[in-house]
Amino acid sequence: MSTKTKQFNEIIKAEAKNLNFYYGDFHALKGLDFKVSEKKVTALIGPSGCGKTTFLRCFNRMHDLYPNNRYEGEILMYPDEINIVGDNIDPIEVRMRISMVFQKPNPFPKTIYENVAYGLRVRGIRGKDIIDERVEKSLRGAALWDEVKDRLHEHAFNMSGGQQQRLCIARALATDPEILLFDEPTSALDPIATSKVEELIVELKKVLTILIVTHNMQQAARISDYTAFMYVGELVEFGDTDTIFTAPTQKLTEEYITGRFG
Amino acid sequence: MKETLQELKKKIAKRKFYNKIFAFIGFISTTVGIILLAVLFIDLAIDGAQRISYKFFTSFPSRFPEEAGILSAWVGTCLVMIVTAAAAVPLGVGAGIYLEEYAKKNWFTNLIEININNLAGVPSIIYGLLALGLFVYFFNFGESVLTGGLALALLILPIVIMATREAIRAIPNSMREAAYALGATKWQTVKDHIIPYSIGGILTGIIIGMSRAIGETAPIITVGALTFIAFLPPSPIEPEFPFLNFKWLMAPFTVMPIQMFNWVSRPQQAFHLNAAAAGIVLLVMTLLMNALAIYIRYKFRKKIKW
Ligand SMILES: Nc1ncnc2c1ncn2[C@@H]1O[C@H](COP(=O)(O)OP(=O)(O)O)[C@@H](O)[C@H]1O
Ligand SMILES: [Mg+2]
Repeated sequence: MSTKTKQFNEIIKAEAKNLNFYYGDFHALKGLDFKVSEKKVTALIGPSGCGKTTFLRCFNRMHDLYPNNRYEGEILMYPDEINIVGDNIDPIEVRMRISMVFQKPNPFPKTIYENVAYGLRVRGIRGKDIIDERVEKSLRGAALWDEVKDRLHEHAFNMSGGQQQRLCIARALATDPEILLFDEPTSALDPIATSKVEELIVELKKVLTILIVTHNMQQAARISDYTAFMYVGELVEFGDTDTIFTAPTQKLTEEYITGRFG
Repeated sequence: MKETLQELKKKIAKRKFYNKIFAFIGFISTTVGIILLAVLFIDLAIDGAQRISYKFFTSFPSRFPEEAGILSAWVGTCLVMIVTAAAAVPLGVGAGIYLEEYAKKNWFTNLIEININNLAGVPSIIYGLLALGLFVYFFNFGESVLTGGLALALLILPIVIMATREAIRAIPNSMREAAYALGATKWQTVKDHIIPYSIGGILTGIIIGMSRAIGETAPIITVGALTFIAFLPPSPIEPEFPFLNFKWLMAPFTVMPIQMFNWVSRPQQAFHLNAAAAGIVLLVMTLLMNALAIYIRYKFRKKIKW
């Protein structure tokens, strides 16, 4: 497994060390070693079914919601160096610090305002002023404020797909996460909505660390600083995005990015 | 070999003919069903309508058919239904939520699931026998409103549990994941999302269960409801502190279907008219509950569309 070292000059936010993951007997992630730089965008690419989603969902312990799933190895989060997938770490604590935006926009069937406020309510934050302020800040952060400021109390399902996805981003931002996970966030969106979300992601890396799964290689090239190529549960190649796309060292990577399979 | 256009047309005509035959059979079946129901209802209405008056609702049963009314029966039905709802709703909804959201899926919960489904099909008189043994003889609740209500609660418990589970299962998993991903605990997810999003289906299930219970006779007779009763249970509301009174729970009672049964089994024609009138009242009560169920379903569906 070749790893470029350029990113090691930067602060590391999280690091997978010999991470294995099992769905029951099925060995879905095989010994991944992987570093995520702070306040950068790291993209995970690879053919369908190679384990990108599975890997991403380890970071906020989503797999704990279903039976028979098992983690092995560690994902360390810095600066406190807790093992995110450790048995002794409460998944709720992890999810308070690492937020996720899903593939299909999944706003709650509530108002726009309540969607954004939910993470705060979960944390027991009361007080209209504080919540109003955080809702506005998050909606601004998700480049949605101007579009919805006059209809905060309308039902979220009345928004377009692209707006719904940005609402989900706002919802994830409201709780000030340290890492934001995106699982193919634009695969259900039209090109205009897609470019808005892409711009947003580039903007967001100023304040937090981003890990994004994408099946769209142009997207990875456009928005990411680092790219990891996965293939059947293994990490084939990892490096800065320019290098991966112009001079990959692995033959498999080259074949994939030139579109010969996948 | 290629078909000519004519051959093709012939084949289409033949298929269309079969299509029409089935449409015709379906139409006949539907009409027969509707006509039978309508005749039944009209017959009941013609017989019973003449007896329905204010006095009919405010009189106790009597030896004289013209003076007899359904006061003790409808009050009994209402009180029994209150007990049934008070017992079946928290138990049924709680069990449904527990089985869907909390219990681990394994052979044991599968066994429970199969048994609940089977319990929904058990003849109602069996529930009567169970209630007789449990509430009358073991807990000594007597042949009371409480026993009757609990017997019916047992009867509709499987219906409420299954309706709750189905309503919860209709919630897309993406909603749960969205809530958990924001750091919600299981209880926060249940109270902020699962219950609000499934409440329409749950309420519908509760009302369907209640409309089944309101017409049940066998289990109520089995636990010893009276067929002739000329007094009311003590009032649940009192003018003095603490304003509520639970003595009515232990009072003997009768319910609408039993009153009807009692009148039908008399030889005098005039009593049969009373039974028909009581039948109309019971039918209207049931229809009202079903209308409420439809309204609730409509109202919540409109608000939440996946
Ligand atoms: N819940 C699950 N149970 C069992 N196997 C699963 C489950 N989810 C995904 N898999 C399997 O794990 C592998 C990786 O899936 P996934 O992470 O969704 O891939 P990707 O996101 O790269 O398309 C696939 O072979 C898939 O069939
Ligand atoms: Mg995926």
